[in-house]
Amino acid sequence: MEAFLHQVLSGLATGSIYAIVALALVMIYQATHLVNFAQGEMAMFSTYLAWTMLDAGFPYWLAFAGTVALSFVLGVAIERIVIRPVEKAPVLAVVIVFIGLLVILNSVAGWIYTYTIKSFPSPFPDRTILGGYVSAHELGVMAVTMGVLALLFLFFRFTPLGLAMRAAAQNPVSSRLVGIRVGWMLALGWGLAAAIGAVAGMLVAPIVFLDPNMMAGILLYGFAAALLGGIDNPAGAVVGGLAVGVLENLSGAYLVGTELKLTVALVLIVGVLLVRPSGLFGRVVVSRV
Amino acid sequence: MARLLGPDGRRVGLALLLLAACVLPFLLSSYRTFQLTSALTYAIALVGLNILTGWNGQISLGHGAFYAIGAYVAAILMDRFGVPYWATIPVAGFVCLGAGYLFGLPALRLEGLYLALATFALALATPQLLKWKHLEEWTGGVQGIVILKPDAPFGLPLDQDQWLYFFTLAITVLMFWLARNLLAGRIGRALVAIREQPTAAEAMGVDIAFYKSMTFGVSAMFTGVAGALGAIVIQFVAPDSFTLFLSITLLVGIVVGGLASLSGAIWGALFIQFIPNVADHISKAAPWAIYGLFLIACMYLMPTGVAGLLRAAAARLDRAPPGP
Repeated sequence: MEAFLHQVLSGLATGSIYAIVALALVMIYQATHLVNFAQGEMAMFSTYLAWTMLDAGFPYWLAFAGTVALSFVLGVAIERIVIRPVEKAPVLAVVIVFIGLLVILNSVAGWIYTYTIKSFPSPFPDRTILGGYVSAHELGVMAVTMGVLALLFLFFRFTPLGLAMRAAAQNPVSSRLVGIRVGWMLALGWGLAAAIGAVAGMLVAPIVFLDPNMMAGILLYGFAAALLGGIDNPAGAVVGGLAVGVLENLSGAYLVGTELKLTVALVLIVGVLLVRPSGLFGRVVVSRV
Repeated sequence: MARLLGPDGRRVGLALLLLAACVLPFLLSSYRTFQLTSALTYAIALVGLNILTGWNGQISLGHGAFYAIGAYVAAILMDRFGVPYWATIPVAGFVCLGAGYLFGLPALRLEGLYLALATFALALATPQLLKWKHLEEWTGGVQGIVILKPDAPFGLPLDQDQWLYFFTLAITVLMFWLARNLLAGRIGRALVAIREQPTAAEAMGVDIAFYKSMTFGVSAMFTGVAGALGAIVIQFVAPDSFTLFLSITLLVGIVVGGLASLSGAIWGALFIQFIPNVADHISKAAPWAIYGLFLIACMYLMPTGVAGLLRAAAARLDRAPPGP
């Protein structure tokens, strides 16, 4: 029983990271109805930026804030420069551009920082708490996730800008008529996604270590989380993330072992898409043909 | 004057290409011959992916998985069962036809982005599955399987590399011929109709479910045959050769070569075979940076790829007034 509880708790901790990645995916999906295949590499690149700042002697939280801000700017820039020209292109073209972005970010990171694995510090103390069930880092990760979710909720619910972004996503034509600059709202969505992704990268790097390919598996679980929760629902993404994290840990401990983690994610993704494509909390979209 | 785009122009072009392909291995070093052989195997895989993604519009980011299945089928048959190398290729093709058909069935319900997602997951999961300890008895786990290079039969005066090149060339010609016959007629038009207007296609009597899942199967078969040939050419299979980046390489190949173009598969294959060789001198990461740039640049500047550019150039030459 104790082992079981331990598995569940540490599942919730890894699940929190999946939840943040899923949140970032949801940001872009809500704004543009696209799934960003480059999200993981964007987060990885942001984490390298944080590493550079820490290496230059910045205190952790300053580097953290700096990375989030810089990632936001980079996210906006990527939307403006790379994504905007294919905004109205067929899905295939957009997916190819995303894959191009993934490959470029991955190789540039490898080029600048080499492929050797680097360690990345955690801001939380290195000890276990709550009777040894969770480490301080795991608890910190959960707290940050909840914080990010709360901030996003407040932003979208109570600020004019958040309202404008929601409007632009739901009905671009009417939004433009009332004076919202829809194109910039999409860019802001990308900026937010990049910033959230940066948080995920910095939180996961102490666990998986920093290298250009560190996000591949995490992105896959982020996809699974977003799909399970409903890809257009931020709160659903968090619930999905936590559920997927627990599921991953339990199946790793009791069913298939840890070597098939990615296959578990594959089965989850295909399963959700087949059984309930809108996810647990997503809106069912009906379209006329 | 024969028009470049007319039937005669095409025939002459094809004959010249084949002639060059037959002469090259006698002029080049055995390493270059080996590289050309492996470019030919890529060309077959690209035809497979192009049938699915270019013609039928189903996005696959996971064709490396089918390439891996083909390679492993060939390697296991040769290593464990002593099957001769040439006999493993049709088996690999049929196994992949089945695997692709089965993956195509659930994929029927997935459109565009979601199919891309599911196949992306497949690509990421493949190396782990190949390393799985319960399959290790067959796959050799992380170490993979080493296979022997075949000799030229019937006492032909060819060295091993040259023989393998001609063997691969023969299969490439066969597969291109199959693909052409498949795509030039009713089936090809049905595939394009499904890509462009699924509702209209269905209204005209195209059985979408059947065509889509069969396309997945046939596409996987081509890629599986390429995988089997690739294993024989490289003489080695290991899980880490079949990562997401293999699937992305194939995607780069069809995008640069030209979507929905058979000749594009050849240009794409030459690109993904030789660009890394050139770029490797700059940095280990450079080939990938170039791939990424080409992916994005092709979407902006030449969505029809090299094949499209050549076609446009030929059309311009045809239109030009005849010289004095």
